[in-house]
Amino acid sequence: MIAYIFDGSFEGLLTAVFDSYERKDKAVDVVWDKYYQPTMLDEPHTVVSDAAKAKRVWTALGKKMDKRWEIMFYKAYLSEDPQTFKDLCNFARYIFDNPPGAEANFGNPYVMAVSKMDKSVNREKHRMKAFIRFQKTADGMYYCPVEPDFNVLPLISKFFKDRYADQQWIIYDIKRKYGLYYNLKTVEEITCEFVANIDTTKVVLPVSLQDEKEELASMLWKDYFNSTNIPARKNMKLHIQHVPRRYWKYLNEKEGKN
Amino acid sequence: MKKIFNMSERIREKLNILADAAKYDVSCSSSGSKRKNENGGIGDASNGICHTYTEDGRCVSLLKILLTNHCIYDCAFCVSRKSNDVKRAAFTVDEVVELTMSFYRRNYIEGLFLSSGIFKNADFTMERLVRIVKRLRLEERFNGYIHLKTIPGASPELLTEAGLYADRMSINLEMPTEAGLKLLAPDKSHDDVKKPLGFIQDTITRFKDEKKTGLIKSMPKFVPAGQSTQMVIGATPETDMEIMYSADQYYKDYSLKRVYYSGYIPISHDTRMPVIGSQPPLLRENRLYQTDWLMRFYGFGVQELLNPKNPHLDVDIDPKLSWALRNLHQFPIDINTADYKMILRVPGIGVGSANKIVQARKFGRLYSYQLQKIGIAYNRAKYFIRCADSPYSLTEPDAPQLKGMILAESNSKYLKTAQNQLSLF
Repeated sequence: MIAYIFDGSFEGLLTAVFDSYERKDKAVDVVWDKYYQPTMLDEPHTVVSDAAKAKRVWTALGKKMDKRWEIMFYKAYLSEDPQTFKDLCNFARYIFDNPPGAEANFGNPYVMAVSKMDKSVNREKHRMKAFIRFQKTADGMYYCPVEPDFNVLPLISKFFKDRYADQQWIIYDIKRKYGLYYNLKTVEEITCEFVANIDTTKVVLPVSLQDEKEELASMLWKDYFNSTNIPARKNMKLHIQHVPRRYWKYLNEKEGKN
Repeated sequence: MKKIFNMSERIREKLNILADAAKYDVSCSSSGSKRKNENGGIGDASNGICHTYTEDGRCVSLLKILLTNHCIYDCAFCVSRKSNDVKRAAFTVDEVVELTMSFYRRNYIEGLFLSSGIFKNADFTMERLVRIVKRLRLEERFNGYIHLKTIPGASPELLTEAGLYADRMSINLEMPTEAGLKLLAPDKSHDDVKKPLGFIQDTITRFKDEKKTGLIKSMPKFVPAGQSTQMVIGATPETDMEIMYSADQYYKDYSLKRVYYSGYIPISHDTRMPVIGSQPPLLRENRLYQTDWLMRFYGFGVQELLNPKNPHLDVDIDPKLSWALRNLHQFPIDINTADYKMILRVPGIGVGSANKIVQARKFGRLYSYQLQKIGIAYNRAKYFIRCADSPYSLTEPDAPQLKGMILAESNSKYLKTAQNQLSLF
């Protein structure tokens, strides 16, 4: 087993797969450089991200497996999970070393690992579609800060663009310090400078930045949330299972419940 | 001096009254429609998103409100019944439109679920509902999900118009059987429900057929997410068998997308029904939904799950396990050779896992560690299956033994909950 140290990028991960064949390494342990701890016995290989190598691997993978698995592979990558990076490298090698269709072998541990992580990332993607709460700003923009477990913004961009085609919106990932901005035509990726006038660590916008009807809209939503509850059926366990506590601070209907 | 409400206090009060009155309709679905945002407007109907969950664990997907809770009827099970002493209110068309748009633009909701008490008469009420959905679709260019209640007795013209703008329409059976309904709402009958259900279903079919001919280029949508209904459980003494046979009939006769079962929450001192303060039959409701799922996704016929010999669903175990224990002669099955349909019938194996199993076994015989990785509930399923490394056993436990073994291993929350179902006699 030889450690392959890469930079955490998608390109880097695919380059690692390329290198493993070029160097004829049979067993590879892909390690994200920020988690690498050198040991005396190790003789690691440092992967240098290479666009051309990555593209070759990606194209070849695409030819060998079902289209849906390409998306699953990418989604699993967005988990940013060190173990998943190892699984993805092994999965890619498993696909290359076997006849086409091998991705359907759920008895294989790498297939199952990628499938499981894809499911988790999907869940987080779905949660972001559900838990985004836009606040209307004084200049007519709809703004929402988020902190997803996985890097799912690339996966929800089209959804919000299609749905809110006639309003400008910003979704900003506080943890990863970037966001999406829809300008009524396209969605652009924005950095923290774009939202420099907003304190992104605070969930609720200061009144001075809010649209005059924002407070009422938010209050009506909280009222609605409380009125539609049936106290005789109270089931907090189920409630928390569906709306885990870590999301509460971003949900206005849960304000003050934290 | 009389207290003068300002505008925002007035709308808050209305919303509180009319959301509270609408919450006993349990339908929450926002899926099944493919309406897209193609007119440069706002919104689309997606695969269904639950935007939040109330503290009772129910999903909040739509803004679910009544247009008004004034009602000319006096149905004993309904909180808005004429004789009930509750605050009454009515939204204006503008107010509903503005609320819906304000919530939708902030991504609070998937759309609107609009129902109403009957004021004056059926057509008068239905006409108001239609006016609102038309405003949303045509003036606000709103393409989000709209679930509209069919008002029994409304004219076919109004229903047809409503269907052109709504994604889903529904009309509630209220009680699972005609006898139950007559007991609590003498003015109503299931025929009042069947007529509009049938009319809308026929119109859906007609639109689909016309679309197939290809003669009309852009055939408008008509109730693209289909129809649903709801029955109240536990207010009247029907058996689980009667309830599910009724549901099965409606699924078949009207191609319903969903039947909802709503555990009765006592809201009246009426002596014909459970008293205020008694626990709603939540476990029974859950078992009915499990049965409904087995019928719709697992290929079970309703007679297999409930029949004159077994008219009630078990309380301590789910209906799939219950069926398996009654049919032990069909088990164990070999995971590596059994038919997909039979794998689906194994307690502890769901649709997703069953699919993975039949794909994976093409690559070699499956072992128990693989089945566990695939994600089946192995501790439950193991009694009903054989795989590559199953030990050979001479004696098979009988049904009561098996049930005991499975219950001993499970930690079902229901075993600790007090049961209350209406007794039959």
